[in-house]
Amino acid sequence: MEYLSIIFSETYKILFLLVPVLVSVAMIVWLDRRIWAFVQKRQGPNVVGPFGLLQSLADALKYMFKEVIIPSSSNKVIFILAPIVTMTLALISWAVIPFSATQVLADINVGILYLFAVSSLGVYGIIMGGWASNSKYPFLGAIRSAAQMVSYEVSIGVIIINVLLCVGSLNLNDIVMAQENLWFVIPLFPMFVIFFISALAETNRPPFDLPEAEAELVAGYQTEYSGMMYAMFWLGEYANILLMCAMGSVLFLGGWLSPIDLFPFNIIPGAIWLILKILFLFILFALVKAIVPRYRYDQLMRLGWKIFLPLSLTWVVLTASFLFYFNLLPTN
Amino acid sequence: MLAHAIFFYIFSLIAIVSAIMVTVSKNTVHSVFFLILDFISISCLFIMIGAEFLGMIMLIIYVGAVAVLFLFVVMMLNVAQQKNQWFSARESSKHIPVGLIISTIIFFELIIVIGGWKYKPDLVSSMSLNIDSSISNTHAIGYVLYTDYIHIFQLSGMILLVAMIGAIVLTFRQRSGVKRQSYFSQISRERSDGVELIDVPSNKGVKSDD
Repeated sequence: MEYLSIIFSETYKILFLLVPVLVSVAMIVWLDRRIWAFVQKRQGPNVVGPFGLLQSLADALKYMFKEVIIPSSSNKVIFILAPIVTMTLALISWAVIPFSATQVLADINVGILYLFAVSSLGVYGIIMGGWASNSKYPFLGAIRSAAQMVSYEVSIGVIIINVLLCVGSLNLNDIVMAQENLWFVIPLFPMFVIFFISALAETNRPPFDLPEAEAELVAGYQTEYSGMMYAMFWLGEYANILLMCAMGSVLFLGGWLSPIDLFPFNIIPGAIWLILKILFLFILFALVKAIVPRYRYDQLMRLGWKIFLPLSLTWVVLTASFLFYFNLLPTN
Repeated sequence: MLAHAIFFYIFSLIAIVSAIMVTVSKNTVHSVFFLILDFISISCLFIMIGAEFLGMIMLIIYVGAVAVLFLFVVMMLNVAQQKNQWFSARESSKHIPVGLIISTIIFFELIIVIGGWKYKPDLVSSMSLNIDSSISNTHAIGYVLYTDYIHIFQLSGMILLVAMIGAIVLTFRQRSGVKRQSYFSQISRERSDGVELIDVPSNKGVKSDD
């Protein structure tokens, strides 16, 4: 009986978190296409519902009624597992994102490590899909994305170390509370820029969308997927993008804190501030997609290993020396 | 406690079964996937005994980086089609005695370690450190690693660095005649470097440089 009540209350909490995430993923797809269109002086999806808001719903309905084709020479178990892995990994990481000091599903000690671990597992969905399709384009896309995501994870890890040096804790709520007086985006601005670019590469967004470069690889690792399985890849990808935006706002933009601690602002609940910050970062993501041409693969690798990694490592040394010299190292 | 026990048995069962599947599965890529499943369930076990830092580091390093490279190599070499014939083929079965000897040695070592832990607890506890149980285990590991064991820690870092440099040296080849792009000269090209406006006299044409 006791276990049952725990299970019910936790399920209720999880649903209360995941349903809004899934709905906002659908909305964010629409927003992405809309922004992309406006930059290029087009209209974008504007027919279904007011301002085209229901476009993603219509798309989802279409995908649901399409046939799921499984290639006969594919590795069937892994082929079906790949979109499930992508989707699951994109959703489970939301468990540790704090929406206010108390509104967090799992307030664990190593929250940031958990986020980093789950985002580094995200590559498996792509590799599995690419390999199990047993076809050349998906395989090339998967190999590309494996190399790309592993490279950019390194610099994201080093950037996280920068933030952790200033916080002294791996708990996400502690990270947010440490930014009460000054958001980390100000002292660590270069790291914020590098984090943003690495997040683009980590989520395979343009200009780093080489795994699905349509001009050379058809659709990369998703070439053989159709119907709902394709839609799951797609949803997982956008949930990952939202997650990266949430991670950026928790690490650098003060999470659920209001920008100024004054009357009209500090009564607004923290969840709204976090959502606004996520939206701000996402709009930047969408603008980058619209205005930046795709990188060549060797340039991508060069950027990751020869520029971002040394730069962020140097910044770790700088931050540590600064904190040590001025005796600012966090103690707890 | 009951739920704890149930989850412990689930994760350890998955860990053991997937460890067996790593060795017996016919497809090499499947082996790597089972290895990943093994790593994940072991990190779950780490988290269950309260070592959440170790569990997460295990996920990040082994699953997020090492296994990806494993998978990368196995897929690139295309050994997936080679069937694993340890138990059926005649000529490869002579590896089995060697493997048996090594696994027996490891088995006895494990018995010695676990036996010492079980029957001589003072042997283990005398070496263990006094760790304040009120701090999180991330802090505890940090305090131990960067104070008492700093030299060993630095030494292991040096070993890894040497291994890394060694791997780079072994695979580094300087080939002549490879055309490379220079990014700076590409980006710093001006219009005047590439485009030239020429008045072409009719019936004569112009001679280009190349």
